[in-house]
Amino acid sequence: MQRYDVLVVGGGHNGLVTAGYLQRAGLKVAVLEKNGWVGGAATSRELTPGFLYSNCSYVCSLFRPEIMRDLDLPRHGLQVVAYEGGAVLTRDGDYLASYRDHDSHRREFARYSKRDAEAYERYARDVTRQCRFIQPLLMRTAPDPFGFRPRDIAELVYLARKFGEFSPAEMAQTLRFWTMSISDFLDEYFETDVIKAYLAISGIIGTALGPMSPGTAYVLLHHYMGEVDGSVGAWGYARGGMGAVTQALASSFLAAGGTIRTDAEVARIFSRGGRTTGVVLDSGEEIRANLVVSNADVKRTFLKLVDEADLPEDFVHRVKHFKMRGSSGKVNIALDSLPEFPALPEGSSCIRGDLHFTDSIERMERAYDDWKAGRWSADPMLDTMIPTTLDPTMTSPGRHFMSCFVQYCPPKVEGRDWTDADRTAFAETVVGQIADYSPGFRDRIVHMEVRTPRELEAEVGLTEGNIFQGELTFDQLLFNRPVPGYAQYRSPIAGLYICGSSTHPGGGVMGAPGRNAAMEILRDLKRSPETMSNAHDVI
Amino acid sequence: MNALTKPANAAEARRAARDHIATPRLETPFHPRLSALDAVNDWYNWAGCKAPHALFDEELEYFAIRSTAALFDISPMVKYRIDGPDAERYLNRLTLRDVRKLGVGRVHYTAWCDDDGHVLDDGTLFRLGDQDFRLCCQERHLPWLLDSAFGLAVDIREETEEIAGVALQGPTSYAVLAKAGFSGAERLKPFDIGSFAHDGGTVTVSRTGFTGDLGYELFVPRQAALPLWDRLWTAGADHGIRAIGYAALNRTRIEAGFIVANADFVTAEAALRADRVRLPDEIGLDWLVDPDKPNFNGRRAILDARRNQTLKHVLVGLEIEGNIPAEHAFVYHRGKREAGLVTAAIWSPTAKRNVAIASLDRPYGTRFVDDLWVEIYAMRELKYQKMMKRAKIVPRPFVKLARRTATPPGLR
Repeated sequence: MQRYDVLVVGGGHNGLVTAGYLQRAGLKVAVLEKNGWVGGAATSRELTPGFLYSNCSYVCSLFRPEIMRDLDLPRHGLQVVAYEGGAVLTRDGDYLASYRDHDSHRREFARYSKRDAEAYERYARDVTRQCRFIQPLLMRTAPDPFGFRPRDIAELVYLARKFGEFSPAEMAQTLRFWTMSISDFLDEYFETDVIKAYLAISGIIGTALGPMSPGTAYVLLHHYMGEVDGSVGAWGYARGGMGAVTQALASSFLAAGGTIRTDAEVARIFSRGGRTTGVVLDSGEEIRANLVVSNADVKRTFLKLVDEADLPEDFVHRVKHFKMRGSSGKVNIALDSLPEFPALPEGSSCIRGDLHFTDSIERMERAYDDWKAGRWSADPMLDTMIPTTLDPTMTSPGRHFMSCFVQYCPPKVEGRDWTDADRTAFAETVVGQIADYSPGFRDRIVHMEVRTPRELEAEVGLTEGNIFQGELTFDQLLFNRPVPGYAQYRSPIAGLYICGSSTHPGGGVMGAPGRNAAMEILRDLKRSPETMSNAHDVI
Repeated sequence: MNALTKPANAAEARRAARDHIATPRLETPFHPRLSALDAVNDWYNWAGCKAPHALFDEELEYFAIRSTAALFDISPMVKYRIDGPDAERYLNRLTLRDVRKLGVGRVHYTAWCDDDGHVLDDGTLFRLGDQDFRLCCQERHLPWLLDSAFGLAVDIREETEEIAGVALQGPTSYAVLAKAGFSGAERLKPFDIGSFAHDGGTVTVSRTGFTGDLGYELFVPRQAALPLWDRLWTAGADHGIRAIGYAALNRTRIEAGFIVANADFVTAEAALRADRVRLPDEIGLDWLVDPDKPNFNGRRAILDARRNQTLKHVLVGLEIEGNIPAEHAFVYHRGKREAGLVTAAIWSPTAKRNVAIASLDRPYGTRFVDDLWVEIYAMRELKYQKMMKRAKIVPRPFVKLARRTATPPGLR
């Protein structure tokens, strides 16, 4: 029987980040992945010949540059390419574009409202201020207000001082930001429906809340605090699809001497006397280790892989009530040619960015109403991209891959499980909406991959299909993520850690949870984390 | 599309404006003339417009301003038209100076602040009529201006692209106007506005400028821009008229001691860092604040800061030994203690002095005014020559020209 220092359950991006750091720190690490490939929700798979899809996550911004550097990911093939703006196509045949060029962006907004065009500056400033506050918190373990260790107190003091740098007006603004709805927030700046709709998208993506639900302003922040090469708020495509992120992580990990086992689904995490001793695979094979790190979400980890009897009652209760709530689906489309959007100006860069078809907050909220009733949205909010306009590696010249993120899409259809017929109807809703704005769209389709929360849970392992491994609502952030008292990547079982997006600072292909978990593990092992950079300064 | 064709409705206007993306750097109304005169292809982005940094030679362009006449395109400057029965009351509440004292046909330099007294921008306010004003500035403020109008009968319109503006500056600038047939221009005193017939319409001429020299600024509707340029250009042929770019103008504005928003101070709406904002008294604009007029925005905060002595910064003019410009240099007290930062600096060819505008942290510049030094890093052939030079606080302007204010103005 093989023996490792550390077993990482699940080969998603965070699992691979943790594994990479620990292996480089001199530990013997194995990653156990249930699928025949690694990557979790950051994969690029060829499901039809000649096309690579970004099967789940589809854009890169949040992934921390410190991690890319520490784990030498550029040498292992990772390249993130910034993309240009995007557009919302409106029902009246017009559009609202977003451009990287500051003045073009203003003039585009001015087509709808001169006031909104000039208000954007103030809006961007306020959002940037909040991002500057939050960004340094991403790469720090949240303090445990329940513990009174000097570290936790120091960390609480750090938080308080950081907050103290704000003027009283900014503090008030922060509290409002963390609790408001994105719709209310945008109303304070803008008057035009389509402008608000465009900016609200980031407030609801991945979240089972409508734009009018409190808490969605924070979700916007979560999406904005990324950067591409120092350009804060920018988004990019990983060259080769999002799988390129995890392929580079896997390659870096293997080069450091790590072991990856695919088709190795963990059935159970052992514990004896309150301490983990290893895992048993579906196949019955037992693998021993001193430490086990779960990249699976908090529910899967503690309600499926660990014997509930080994856990404290209150902890189990809280894990059971941790909100997952899948809200989205994904349709990946292989196209034999570039779709046309007659509304967009000739030669426009919009087609290389994010395209949307929801031109008002009200339509977004109605899409959410369908979710509440247990149906997928009849008029969904799509976040579509055609990364092959900038990435030549995903298919052959002239052909394209279109990624459609679809919201809202419930984990169960009117209380029952999804059926194949539901899935087909769901895909038709999506294709139908695109075809309304792109004549001949259906004829270009070569192949489609349709993923509802059912597929996201079964294939990727995301409970209820929630892309963030749990909602990013204020009650589930910082020292409350995932469970108060267990927000520092440890668990009630000694030697068992969690490193996925269920932990601080949450979801998105960020890598910060995985990195922070590795930091805590090294601390427990009294090893110096010298291979790990501190977060870059925000100056 | 022609920007002047009035669209039938908002949706049509919106469609017509789609083409903007073809020209992310908009060409100003004078662009055909500028590009014809341009020899060095040295353009920069001014508020989304293509503007010349230099047209033939920065140094020679500077001397055109100081010795003959220079034409500088100011069309990209942000312009708001403010009119209505409450326009005066509105602007009096918005800005620091007493607008009641601004006569019809007069201009004044002013600034406006947020509720905390932090400067949002500075600019020039033109009183075109009893109830008709134009506000010219660097940054964009439409939401602020509209929100400030709550409850007042005033109409506020952004008119940046509709109005072309050109500055005619230099000792022969009046001679050019006279030759061009602007009779009556001799009566314009500094900060006066005159209206003159031009091409079937009118041109608004103010005796204003950013150079500290004799000079005028001329405003016309966009479509009248080129005939105006040609009229001045032809008239200026024997008066040494040259077209210039921003680099030359910037030298003269430093000599004149004028500040530029988001260069010499950070405007309150642009500042990401809470400590970067400035009260008027912290950027040398204390003289604009009129505590005796009716309430204006930021009043309480400004007066509190004065009373409680909580002002943190001060803007000063510096004269620095030697001739190496100290742009963005640290300022030290006693050569050791950091006291501030130089925001703009040049060797002044007219004053023959090394001058600078600096933002100092009080009490440096207020209580401690002696023993100031600047640390200059001059890159010379891939090596920094590091110098610590003595700096003396001096009043602005660094260059004061009698011809700027002489009325009637001189011809050369």
